[in-house]
Amino acid sequence: MAITYEPIATTTLSTAAASVTFSSISGSYTDLLLVSVPLSGSSDNLTMQFNSDTGTNYSTTILTGNGSSASSTRQTSTATPYMSYYGLTNATPSPNFYHIMNYSNTTTYKTTLSRVGNASSSGGVDAIVMLWRSTSAITSILIKQYQGNNLSSGSTFTLYGIKAA
Amino acid sequence: MAVVSIKNKLRRGNLLVGNDPYIPTDFESIATVTVGSGGSSSISFTSIPSTYTHLQLRFIARGTSTLARAAIRLNSDSNANYSLHYLYGDGSSAGAGGTGAQGQIDVTTIPTSSQTSNTFGSAVVDILDYANTNKNKTIRSLGGDDLNGSGGYSILYSGAWYNTNAVNTLTVVPGTVGSGDFAQYSHFALYGIKVAS
Repeated sequence: MAITYEPIATTTLSTAAASVTFSSISGSYTDLLLVSVPLSGSSDNLTMQFNSDTGTNYSTTILTGNGSSASSTRQTSTATPYMSYYGLTNATPSPNFYHIMNYSNTTTYKTTLSRVGNASSSGGVDAIVMLWRSTSAITSILIKQYQGNNLSSGSTFTLYGIKAA
Repeated sequence: MAVVSIKNKLRRGNLLVGNDPYIPTDFESIATVTVGSGGSSSISFTSIPSTYTHLQLRFIARGTSTLARAAIRLNSDSNANYSLHYLYGDGSSAGAGGTGAQGQIDVTTIPTSSQTSNTFGSAVVDILDYANTNKNKTIRSLGGDDLNGSGGYSILYSGAWYNTNAVNTLTVVPGTVGSGDFAQYSHFALYGIKVAS
C-alpha cells in the first residue's frame, strides 16, 4: 500500500530562535499538515508566511472561545496573519494544527484550516481560516512570532504530507 | 498507542509532537475527484470498503451561481434522516445553530461564483465508525472560507445520520444555502483510517 501520510521534517528548537522555516517542500502531496507546540518567554502570537511572501496577501477569519463566550474577528490584507491563540508562554505549551489545503496546485488561492489553543487560565481556543492570495504552489513555510519575540527552546514543529490517490 | 519511528524504527508510546516522526501507515487514500470544466452537481465515492475504522474527506470547493454550502449524504439517502449543529464566526460575531430532519449534512461554507475569484472553501470531515452496524453514524467537520474582508466563515459542524447501516457510499452535494454546482478545480479526496485490532 502506498504511503499517503508521511512526515516531511521536524524541528525542535535547542536554543531560542526568531523563526522556523520549512523549505524545498516537495509538490508531490495533496495537503500539508503542520503540527506545532510553540513556547515563548514573552506573550505573543504566531504568524506564518508562505514562499517568503512578506506582502499584505494574507487574511483570516477567526472563531474564538475563551472559556466564557464565543467571538469572531477578521484580518484583511495583512502580512502577518494570526496563527495561534494570543498569549504564548513557556508555561503552557499551545497545541496548534494547520491543514494547508491543496498547497501545490497552481490555479487557486491557498486556504489553511487551523485549530489552535492555549490552556492557560487566560487562554482559549481558535478555529482560524487563513487565505493566501496567490496561485503559486507553496514550497516554503516560515513561522515566527507576530511581535518579533523569539520562540523558546523546546518549541516543536512537525510538517506532514498527505497524498491522495 | 504505540507507533514506530521512521528515523530509528523504535516504538514510541504516543504521537506527541517532539517525538520522532512516524508514518501512520493505516491512513490510506481511497479515491480522489477533481471537478473539470463545466462543474459538477455532485461527487460520489461508491463501493467504499468496510475495512477501515473511520473515513476522512478532505476537500476544497467553490460554488457556481449562488451555491454557498457543501454537504454530504451517506448511502444515497436523501430522506430527512440527518441532523446537525454548527458553531461559526463571520469575522465580527460568533453564532450557533442546529436543525433536524435534514436531507443532508452541511459540512462547510464555500464561496459563490460572484465572490472573490480563485478562492475556495475547505473542509476536513471525519465520518466516525462508518462501518459499524450497531449504531447511527456521526460526523464532524472543520471548515470555512476566507474572502479577504468580503465575507467568509470559520465554521465547525457535527452531524448525525440516523441509520445503522455500514456506509458504502459518500456523496458530496450542494448544501442548504444557495443553489448551483461545484465549480471547476474543486477537489475532493477520501481517506480510510484504520486502528490497531
